[in-house]
Parts: sequence; C-alpha cells; structure tokens
Amino acid sequence: MTTPLVPPSKKDPQKRTQVPVLPPMTRSRAALGLGVMALQGRFGLQVCADCQALQYPPRDACVKCMSPDLSWQDVDPSGTVMAETTIRVSPEPYFRERMPWRMGAVHLHAGPSLNCHLHGEVGRGDKVRMALKLDRAGQGVLIALPLKGSDVMQDDPVLRAMSSDPKHRRILISDARSPMALALTQALLRAGAAHVFLGEPETWLSWPERAEFEGLDNVSILPLDVTDVSSVAKLAAEIGGKVDILINTASYARPGGILDTDTTFAGNSFEVNALGLMRLAQGFGPAMAGRVQDGINSAVAFVNILSVRALSSDANYGAFGASQAAARSISQSLRAEFCSSGLRMMNVYIGPVEGDAWFQPLPPPKVTPNAVARSVVGGLVDGLEEVTCGDIARDVYARWQTDPLLLEREMTGGGS
Amino acid sequence: MNRLPYDGVVLVAPVSVPYVRYTNETAHWWIARALREALKIIDMMPQELDGLSVSCFTLAPDTPVGLTQHLGISPRWLDTVPMGGASGVAAMRRAARAVQCGDVDVVACVAGDTNRIDSFRNLLSAFSRFSMDATFPYGFGGPNASFALLQDAYTHTYGATREDFGKIAVSQRANALHNPQAIMKKPLSLEQYMDGRMISDPISLFDCVMPCAGSEAFIMMREDMAVAKGLPFARISATIERTNAFPDDPIQLRGGWAVDIDELWNMAGYGPKDIDVLQTYDDYPVICMMQFEDLGFCSKGEGPEFVRKHDLTIGGDFPHNTSGGQLSVGQAGAAGGYLGLVEAIRQVTGTAGPTQVIGAKRAAVSGFGVINYDRGLCSAAAVIEGGNR
Repeated sequence: MTTPLVPPSKKDPQKRTQVPVLPPMTRSRAALGLGVMALQGRFGLQVCADCQALQYPPRDACVKCMSPDLSWQDVDPSGTVMAETTIRVSPEPYFRERMPWRMGAVHLHAGPSLNCHLHGEVGRGDKVRMALKLDRAGQGVLIALPLKGSDVMQDDPVLRAMSSDPKHRRILISDARSPMALALTQALLRAGAAHVFLGEPETWLSWPERAEFEGLDNVSILPLDVTDVSSVAKLAAEIGGKVDILINTASYARPGGILDTDTTFAGNSFEVNALGLMRLAQGFGPAMAGRVQDGINSAVAFVNILSVRALSSDANYGAFGASQAAARSISQSLRAEFCSSGLRMMNVYIGPVEGDAWFQPLPPPKVTPNAVARSVVGGLVDGLEEVTCGDIARDVYARWQTDPLLLEREMTGGGS
Repeated sequence: MNRLPYDGVVLVAPVSVPYVRYTNETAHWWIARALREALKIIDMMPQELDGLSVSCFTLAPDTPVGLTQHLGISPRWLDTVPMGGASGVAAMRRAARAVQCGDVDVVACVAGDTNRIDSFRNLLSAFSRFSMDATFPYGFGGPNASFALLQDAYTHTYGATREDFGKIAVSQRANALHNPQAIMKKPLSLEQYMDGRMISDPISLFDCVMPCAGSEAFIMMREDMAVAKGLPFARISATIERTNAFPDDPIQLRGGWAVDIDELWNMAGYGPKDIDVLQTYDDYPVICMMQFEDLGFCSKGEGPEFVRKHDLTIGGDFPHNTSGGQLSVGQAGAAGGYLGLVEAIRQVTGTAGPTQVIGAKRAAVSGFGVINYDRGLCSAAAVIEGGNR
C-alpha cells in the first residue's frame, strides 16, 4: 500500500541541499522511442510492419521475421507480474540513495516480457496496467501500475519521482493577469499545491480580477515584469529558492500578418513571449535545477504555455506566431540545458482562449481557462513534456506530427 | 548427421592462478600468468605456441590480436569466445576440432580478467545494449536483480525453499575449505546462510559470487603428443552448446541444455548415472539446480528434491563443484566460465590434490552465460573422462 505524503517540514538552512544525481541515461537510438511515447503520456512499443510482431526491448530488426520496418504504435497495456525483487544493493548512485528499490518482470498480454519498476500497490501474480513514464534522466521507462489504485497511489515514491505532481509544492505563475491565471491557481490548490505565487506586471494599473485572488489562502501576488531583467532578478532573489514549479502564462498577442504589423508590436511579442521566457529561465532556472532532489517539495518542472501557432504559422497572426515559434525553440534548448539536473520542461500547446480579447473575432472552438488548468495539472501529475489542450491544438499538433509540410499547405495554401 | 567423436585430441595442463579481490594488474598480466604456467607444464616456449583461444571482458582497448604482440606469440590459429560462463566448454569444443583436423598442433585456451575498484560497475554499465536499455534503468541491481527474478519465478513454480539453495552454497563452501586457492576460507553453516542479508530478494548474501581478478587455462593437443610428453590427459566424450534457446518462454525456468541434452548423452555413450563428479556454472545456486534438471540428473521441477536427497560435497554421493565453485573461489570475470572445466580436468586425471574425488573417472561440466536482457543466453555442456583408464 502507498503511504500518503505528509507536508514537508521547514528546510534546515544549515544542511547541504542534496545534489541531483540521475538514473542511468544512456540508451540506444531505438530505445529513445520509449521516451517519445512517455513524454506524450502514451503506452506503445515497436510493431513490425511485415508480420505485426511486437518488439521489446526496442530493436533495429524484427525478432520474428528480421524486417527492418518497425514503427511505434499504441499497445494494450495490460499484463501480469511474473516475478518481483527488492533491490537492496546497487552500484549506481541514484538508486543507492533510494534503496530498497522494487522491480519486476511483467508478461504483457500482447506478448513480450518487460522488466519494469513496480508501483508499491502491485506484486507477483497481480494483473497490472503498464505505463511509460519519463524518469528523472528524461528517459522513457516502464512501470507496472495497479488496475485500480488507492486514492493516494500518486504518492508512491517511485511514481512521484517520475511525475511533476504539484501536491505539497510551491508554484510561480508568471502573469496573474493572464485569462488562465485564476483557473490555474484554483486547480493547483485543489491538486494540493502548498502555495501559489503570481507575478503582477504593471502594478500601477488596477484590474478588477485581482480581488478574486485576494480572497484565496496560500496565494500571494508579487510584482513581476518578464520584459524587465531587474524585475525578474528581484523576485528570484526573494522567492527563487522556494519555487518548485514555474508556469509561464505571460503572453502578448496582436492580430495581423507580417506585411501589415507594426514592428513595435512585433517587438513586444518577442519581448514577452520569447525573451520573457528566457529571462524567467535565467532568473529562476539555475536555482530550480539545483533543487531537483530537495525532498518532497523539490523543484520539478518549468511549464511554458505556447500557442499551437508555434508549430505552423497563421498569416492572420504572423508576428505573434513567429514569437511563439521562437519561444518553442527556446523551450527546446532549455529542455536540453535542464536535462543534466532532471528539471522537466513541459510545453502546453493551446488554441485561442475564451475571454482573451486579442482573439475575440475568431470562431469557436476556443479553449476555456478551466480546460487549460486541467491540462496543465494533468500534465504535471503525469510527468509529461508535451501536452495539447483543446480541439484546435490537438488537431494541429497531430497533423504536424504526421506531415508538417502538408499542415502548412492546409493552413495557408487553400485547403478546403 | 551424426557428429564425429573427438578422437585423438586431449585436454592437458589445467591451470588456476590464485584469485585476488582487487588488483591493479591488467587482464594482460593475468592472462600471461596462466598461459606461462600452462606452457611450462607442457614444456613449450611461447614462440612455439601455434594456437590461442582467449575469453576476457577487460582487455579493452585491446583484442586477443593485440595480446599476441603484447605476449610475443605468433599463432596460426586465434579464437576469441565471448560466451561468458559458457566460454570454457565453447572454447574447448572449437579448439578440439581445429587440433583434430590438423589446422593447428596445440591450442592454449585461457580466460582471465582484472578487477579494479569500481571496474565491476563500469563493466556492467556497458555490458549489453538490451541491459543498458531495459534492465539497468530499473534499479541497477546488476545480475543479482536479474537472477532474483528468475529465482522468484522458479521458487514459486517448483516449490524450492531457501534451505535448498542454501544447501548448495554450504556444500560448496565445505569443498572450498579443501582448496587453498579459494577466496572464501571460513566455514559456512546453513544458519549463517539463512541469516545472510538480502541483496535483491530472494537472492541473499551467500547466493552471490565475489567479483575478483584471476585466470584459468588448459591446453588442447593431439593424444600422441601428450603421451610423448608424459602428460596426464582427459578425453572429450561429448559436447553441446546453444545460444538464445526458448525465446518464447516468458521467463527463464530452463536453459538451453534442455534442447540438446539427448544429443550429449547419445554422443557420450553413457548417461548421468555414470558421472563421478559434476561441475555446474554457479553464479547463483538456483542456476545449479536448473542444471541438475536440464542435464538430466533429475526431472524438471525435481531439483529441490534432488538437492535434499544428495550429499554434494567431495566425499558425498553426488560430488558437485569440488573446488568450491565461483560461490567460494570467486568470480574472475570470464575465468568463471573456465573454473569448472579446469577443475574437471584435474579430477578425471587424478591431479586435483586436496579436492580430489576418490576414483573420479568421468566428469560433466556445464556453462551458462550472458544475461543480455532478462535471461542467460549461452549454455554449453561437456562430458570428459580420464585418459589413463
């Protein structure tokens, strides 16, 4: 059974913060595919195009017919635990700090035998649901989960180490005035967040929604302007050591194509959407990366909310799309830079948000702030790196994965 | 097609270089020591040696090719056998055919490895692609965890108890007390075995071998040469090997011996009952038990009962791993795949000294190796008999 997590006690400032160490990171090229499935929250394995045989461990040629034509597909995750062990001795520093460690052999009902992590609520003989998760090295790993877990199954230490669960964690939302900020704050508190900090740009301006935050417990509004290095540095100096999850909601959007948009507006888009992310990462990233192994409320994730226009340009929002593409590129670079610490970079792709005045003339479907909040919290709990929210984002993301050139033709080249 | 008998070729010069826990000497050094001692026994200069078979995990960046220049030998026949615990028998059966067919006159078969501080972790990290991709990320328990899963499944399928595995380890320690070269020199009682701390449940401390440095060697030559040199020798009655057997078994409860066992005894012309001493590959006692079954000493699933019924010590009714095996002598990398065969040659030639089983004429040897992902892929076995009957 899972022991529920208790809120962590106050940190002893005289004690050395544990240095993050990572589980084994090296993989073959084929095995990187496990991570590609895991980062999207999918369970799948390689399947042979010629004989449909399922492959595991990942291969370069089919184990049944030697065909080199193997592709990753979603697979039935049900299986049975054939054997289990509790490892008490390991030469690997990451596991040595976490002994004992349970693992097992699962017979996937679809075929192969899988060595995997065992959730604390499963053992030999149990029917289980297999999942692929990103471990702290950012690699896709298998874990056997209970078919019907307890209410606190997410508190299992092995599963917790692979998720970015907001429970007992402190979160900074970079822009309180984003139309998503209130819904996000409420969803995070419901998910057990210890505290939500919200950044407030242009503090001299009043905004009516501010009152709704003021009535909430464990919520603070603090000055933060992502276009101002000194503002970011000031807040980082104040709370940087206790930000476990940073969610960047700052966004600047103006309609118009490249030909007819004032470059001042375009410049603002880049200042907020791209360079704002960069300033936040520079201000808060290093301290977060140093605290990835800091107990129950360790730093765990950096979340960037992106327009799905980051993937393919829309001529009606040309400069905005360009700044989103730049932000996505920065996010990818950050993902690589945070990799050695285990800090996770999660991109949440959204379509136009209901209530965002700058997208007001666009037709439905639009995504509601509550839907964005659900996607962000769900992605954190599941430990994902790439999340889509709403019909438009899901649709565009899927088409982009299949054929980016065709997507561009459809968006701009007269698709019916 | 019937396989040709191994007529006219024999095994001589069994050599075990005493193991040490840690060393700064290289694999080259350990291999040279065993090779030099074996050549001394057959009274041959290194420059005269025309065949060499090498098994080693820690020779990098060299290969056995580099080793020839390092050691100043010019073989016309060079082999390298990467089959881990099955390397001894596999090297022997290849060398035997090469000598028998006249491709080479003499083959020195040698296995050895070094063991520096932390080299075992480094060796494991780069052991195989599937283990890197699909076992080490799951707690990095190394072979202990992989065999723990097999023992867990075996135990629950066939009703073995910890006492059964303990009896194998305890008997081998009793044998090792007769072997001055064994790393383990203290007696082991069943109580001590049962009190051993868990390493990776159900594998406990005395189920595990001690990684160390060392080397083993023997020499394959024509029988007329052995007679001319006055060397005690052993003949090969039969051999088998198999790689990646039973790939559709969801978990390993049997090894590749089960595929080829009838061929082994048919070729030998005698059976398990005629064997005086058995050397199994003992990286863990559960694998010994699996070999008792798969080699035909008892039926599948009867391993636990077989262990309960027999005395496995040197003086017992079923002498097993008479040198003490890897569990008590230590595991010197690839030399672990030679340990049983080298001891078997000593036994059937009556040269085992303090571990000698009185009147031992026929020995069976089996090897098991290379947990590439979730199971041992290599299996091999041989039966040999003393040449001076």
